[in-house]
Amino acid sequence: MAEKKEARIGVFVCHCGTNIAGSIDVEAVKEYARTLPNVVHADDYQYVCSTPGQTMITDAIKEHDLTGTVVAACSPRLHEPTFRMATKVGGLNPFRFEMANIREQNSWVHMHDREGATEKAKDAVRIAVAKASLLEDLIPKSVPVEHAAMVVGGGVAGMQAALDLGNAGIKTYLIERSPTIGGRMSQLDKTFPTLDCSQCILTPKMVDVGRNENIELMTYTEVAEVEGYIGNFEITLRKKARGVLTPDEAEARGIVGGGCNGCGDCVEVCPVIKGNEFEFEMAPRKAIYIYHPQVVPNLYTVDFNTCIKCGLCVEACGEKKAIDLEMVDELIKVKVGTAILATGYDLFPIENKTEWGYKKYENVITGLEFERLICASGPTGGHLVRPSDGETPKKVAFVLCAGSRDNTGVGKPYCSRFCCMYSLKHAHQIIEKIPGAQPYLLYMDIRSFGKMYEEFYYRIQDEGAKFIRGRVANILEDPVTKNLHVFTEDTLLQRPIDLEVDMVVLASAVQPTTGADAVRKLFGVSCSQDGWMLEAHPKLNPCGTTTAGVFLAGVCQGPKDIPDTVAQAEGAASAASIPIHRGEVELEPYFAQCNEELCAGCGMCVNLCPYSALALVEKDGRKVMEVTEAKCKGCGTCGGFCPGGAIHMQHFTTPQIVAQIDAFLLGGEQ
Amino acid sequence: MAEEWNPKIIAIICNWCSYAGADLAGGARMQYPPDIRTVRVMCTGRIDPLFIMKAFQDGADGVLISGCHFGDCHYLEGNYKAAKRMFLVKNILKNIGFDDKRIRMTFVSASEGAKWAGVVEDVVKTVKELGPSPLKQFEK
Repeated sequence: MAEKKEARIGVFVCHCGTNIAGSIDVEAVKEYARTLPNVVHADDYQYVCSTPGQTMITDAIKEHDLTGTVVAACSPRLHEPTFRMATKVGGLNPFRFEMANIREQNSWVHMHDREGATEKAKDAVRIAVAKASLLEDLIPKSVPVEHAAMVVGGGVAGMQAALDLGNAGIKTYLIERSPTIGGRMSQLDKTFPTLDCSQCILTPKMVDVGRNENIELMTYTEVAEVEGYIGNFEITLRKKARGVLTPDEAEARGIVGGGCNGCGDCVEVCPVIKGNEFEFEMAPRKAIYIYHPQVVPNLYTVDFNTCIKCGLCVEACGEKKAIDLEMVDELIKVKVGTAILATGYDLFPIENKTEWGYKKYENVITGLEFERLICASGPTGGHLVRPSDGETPKKVAFVLCAGSRDNTGVGKPYCSRFCCMYSLKHAHQIIEKIPGAQPYLLYMDIRSFGKMYEEFYYRIQDEGAKFIRGRVANILEDPVTKNLHVFTEDTLLQRPIDLEVDMVVLASAVQPTTGADAVRKLFGVSCSQDGWMLEAHPKLNPCGTTTAGVFLAGVCQGPKDIPDTVAQAEGAASAASIPIHRGEVELEPYFAQCNEELCAGCGMCVNLCPYSALALVEKDGRKVMEVTEAKCKGCGTCGGFCPGGAIHMQHFTTPQIVAQIDAFLLGGEQ
Repeated sequence: MAEEWNPKIIAIICNWCSYAGADLAGGARMQYPPDIRTVRVMCTGRIDPLFIMKAFQDGADGVLISGCHFGDCHYLEGNYKAAKRMFLVKNILKNIGFDDKRIRMTFVSASEGAKWAGVVEDVVKTVKELGPSPLKQFEK
């Protein structure tokens, strides 16, 4: 009955303090709204989103027997849910609400053109009223949520998120593409500012992940395909051929008491030697390998790119029969309700800054290489040495902002956020380990913003590190001594400097890890201009994304240190667990509907749908299209094409859109 | 006493990328000309070529379609389909002697506020150079 009633629209124009009223004549817009067809009530208020503002809407609906509401205020991406709720409280279907954006897309971008902005606001209200007059009651669809979650990336962010989810009683698939979890943090020697041994605080967490009964740890595995939507993601995983069976896998093959126990007998006999990626190829590994002794799972991996399939390892493994050199990749499908992306970072290829000579001069290394060289479990047993001659360096230059805060187009414009602090820590480490060592930090600004960070900075100053404020112009190598000349300007003393040092450590910028882009596209997550994954809102939803049910944790969203990474991971885990604990989610009812009378059964829409939500079915002796609502995400691509106009896109119907176009172009003063 | 002519330009843009980009431009207070009115759709794939024809028939001086970058569509591939239709629309317009510069499709992501401001500025400039739509002569 409500459908047939003539439209009675109420318009509410918001001042938003002076945000809107400062550039738009709100009173004029309100008076104009009163003249529009179907508008029976118009009002304005300081802050329509406030409780009195919302009450204004709910009261007006009852008082004026409204069939629809229009709020001219900020962006619907901000307050649409608020006003839908107010509309609902007033007794109308919440989808009987339309918003006119007169702030983000008007008052804020036409601050010095009051007349132009006011005209534009009037048009926006007219367009919104036209749509509101044609809005229909819609019922959101409730779907059940799979009681499982997925975390992509097994660094400290992914591990923390998986542990939180697992401990909350949610089955969690932790997907890691390398053979072990641990990520970048496992490559670090010490963490700032507490100087905790990184491995010592990380390995208990790694072991916990391995042991947690709710976490299904899947290493050497990548995400191949993502289908579905919040609550019901169907994810295809590619379990890469590892060549080695776990005890469980061995048992499944009927090998009793077999499978890899991590003894390492295979490594002894393997004849192939390659650089260990974990040690940045500063140490060797075999074709069958583990990265380091603390890997989780404690399981060897065959590198099939270099393995010559001699079979010596199979022999050495003997009765355990853990090695299968004929293994192939396997595709596994899992169903989860929500997912967290925690893909982390790589170092920016600092060799692109050719003037600093990385990969050209042996004694120019990166911060991460320094971590491995100073780490007791690293390739040199913790003795920092020069790659050129194995001598202990005394004078070491640390080049900060190496590729960060770089507007030349070669590097990255952003601050990588943790390099200042780890360079301070590096300076401390050489002072501590090498008697008579002298670190030089060549910096633009020292950004020590965290808890106890500034204090750490003072401590390193007191310990005798020398700070030179200036961006390094270039670095040249003495071909005989392999020492390096660092050329810069000391901007505080205002004089050029030629600093001769034994070693240079570049605090490289960070960038999204290779493959992060592919993962983000699979999950439908956008990226910001600098390439990092885009959060739903930079302030108020830093863990969410615009894809419902997909969350972000750690550096994949932007550079951050370990405390921030862990905090965000816990936030993401909490957010990802909410729909799972609720058990069901409401989907916005923007589904396609087929008007069977108009449908000619051509089937063109069926091929256009990216979600296979449409199908042709036989009805009354002819073919018509049918929509599976649970699969339809409401993009409207079918509706934009249907030659017969038979597709009714709920909330974005053809009559509604045409009414908006007409209202703008024909409805105003000509 | 020639009054300055303000073109009527309609922008039909997608919710996830370009609308968010336009919001971002607002948050950053990037100033651009006020000659454009937006209609929000969830995806540019929703845009029936007839909407564009209708807009021109109604007297629009320019139409802007803006969506996500290729590969970034919230609905996987709606923007590809929209782009394909845009070739069709441009072709038809060109063939009937209508300047196809009046219709433009751009790709502005949710993080490209500055790009959005630039796009609007450029579209307004182009349409102002072209002058009022020739279809206006059929109006009384």
